Amino acid sequence: MKATYYPGCSLEGASKDYADSIECVCAQMGIELQEVPDWNCCGATAAHSINRRASIELPLRNLRLARTLGNPDMLVPCPLCFNRLKTAVHGSNDPGAAFPGIWDLAAFFATDERLRELAEGVKKRLEGLNVVSYYGCMSSRPPEITGAADYENPQSIDRIVKTLGATPIDWPYKTDCCGASLIVSMPGAAFKMVEKLLDMARRVGAEAVVVSCQMCQGNLDMYQDRIEADTGKRFGLPIIYFTELIGLAWGLAESRGWLSRHFVDPVPLLRSKGLMAAER
Amino acid sequence: MAEDDRIVASSAGVEITGTALQPFLSPDFDFLAAVEAAGPFNATHCFQCRKCTNGCPVSFAMDIFPDRIIRLALLGQKDEVLRSRTIWICASCETCSTRCPNGVRIAELMDFFKELALETGITPALSSVAAFYQTFLENLKLTGRVFETGLLPAYWLRSRQVASLFKSGEMRRSLDQAVKLFRKGRLSALPHWVREKGEIKSILRPSRSPGGDKQ
Repeated sequence: MKATYYPGCSLEGASKDYADSIECVCAQMGIELQEVPDWNCCGATAAHSINRRASIELPLRNLRLARTLGNPDMLVPCPLCFNRLKTAVHGSNDPGAAFPGIWDLAAFFATDERLRELAEGVKKRLEGLNVVSYYGCMSSRPPEITGAADYENPQSIDRIVKTLGATPIDWPYKTDCCGASLIVSMPGAAFKMVEKLLDMARRVGAEAVVVSCQMCQGNLDMYQDRIEADTGKRFGLPIIYFTELIGLAWGLAESRGWLSRHFVDPVPLLRSKGLMAAER
Repeated sequence: MAEDDRIVASSAGVEITGTALQPFLSPDFDFLAAVEAAGPFNATHCFQCRKCTNGCPVSFAMDIFPDRIIRLALLGQKDEVLRSRTIWICASCETCSTRCPNGVRIAELMDFFKELALETGITPALSSVAAFYQTFLENLKLTGRVFETGLLPAYWLRSRQVASLFKSGEMRRSLDQAVKLFRKGRLSALPHWVREKGEIKSILRPSRSPGGDKQ
């Protein structure tokens, strides 16, 4: 099938690892990703915070461009982009707009049909890997915009994780905020928020955190050693994209490359679980 | 609440604090009407249950809790609201708006107040947060997509933190992180340009001209 693809800015930069895993896994599934031509930034938190008009018009431009591709579905890996695109549709008073259906990527992979395909492709079940699924804010809230039914206790990543053979542990902070861009502008506050999440993940017995948001991934992964140094705590929690986990369970050789680009190295954990060969 | 709130009046068990009393002498009665005209945010539906504040993950860093921001808006306390740290530290996680039993769009109100504070020339209580958003949008005007490599240095300059970050070692930490990202192929040396830059520039013109709207 063909699907329209809106990668968003971070996937061209600091989250290239996420982008590579998405493209590879989609190709394996026979999903041809067609990038929105000449797409622009969705405006992110900056626009909706201080320029409300632009926060609607920036994503609307993308939606108009997306419409030219004519595919019914548009896949959006970044939950903030997803949220802003959905908000623009919600706020647009053009009923004949016929924009493509906007999918949060994890929700797309967690449909029954895709889960069946995921299960069929599994070469090595991720038995014994205990993780928590962390969704963050923007794929769920506000539900009027996202359309999420299970916004207080989302299940998409949990279902994917379970399908791959790993164990998703229930925990209370699935949708608690990671601090987002405050990590740059108010780092002290954001560090506290991340610390709270990592603390709880450890308390419930998680060995890794599985995410679908590259902003959450960055905040929990890139600053983890810093927060460990500041607080004297030891987390050692790899923060893994669900698409990387799919690649791992499918035995894709590329998955090693994606995982090696993280800050908290997931390889020792995966080796200790016998989920990654010891060579190299 | 801030520790320096002194009780200056007490009646029937209701205490009025020193910092809270002053502005009530000169409420801006048009403020609420202007707010709701820009919404609707349903601020008047608030019955002060504090669900918003209790679920807020950033309340620990706020000077005025979200439910009180709504109350102050209802009472026409424009200055108190627009000068608060709260509107800037809000991370827009939408927990409050999602859980409000009365459909008050609390997070959206925080955004509206931020924009209004800048438009009315009020110095943001957390200038670093404002500087980051402004830098981000300036960055977009040039390229149409975020250029992460250029964003951070531009933000440091704009927020005038270069010297302090250098001294505290934070800049060194950020640069180490950037080098690591670059080695891992996760940092672009050049921005990705949108072809139709004019369209982006036009979209990013200011929402309203400063002072152009009656508040």
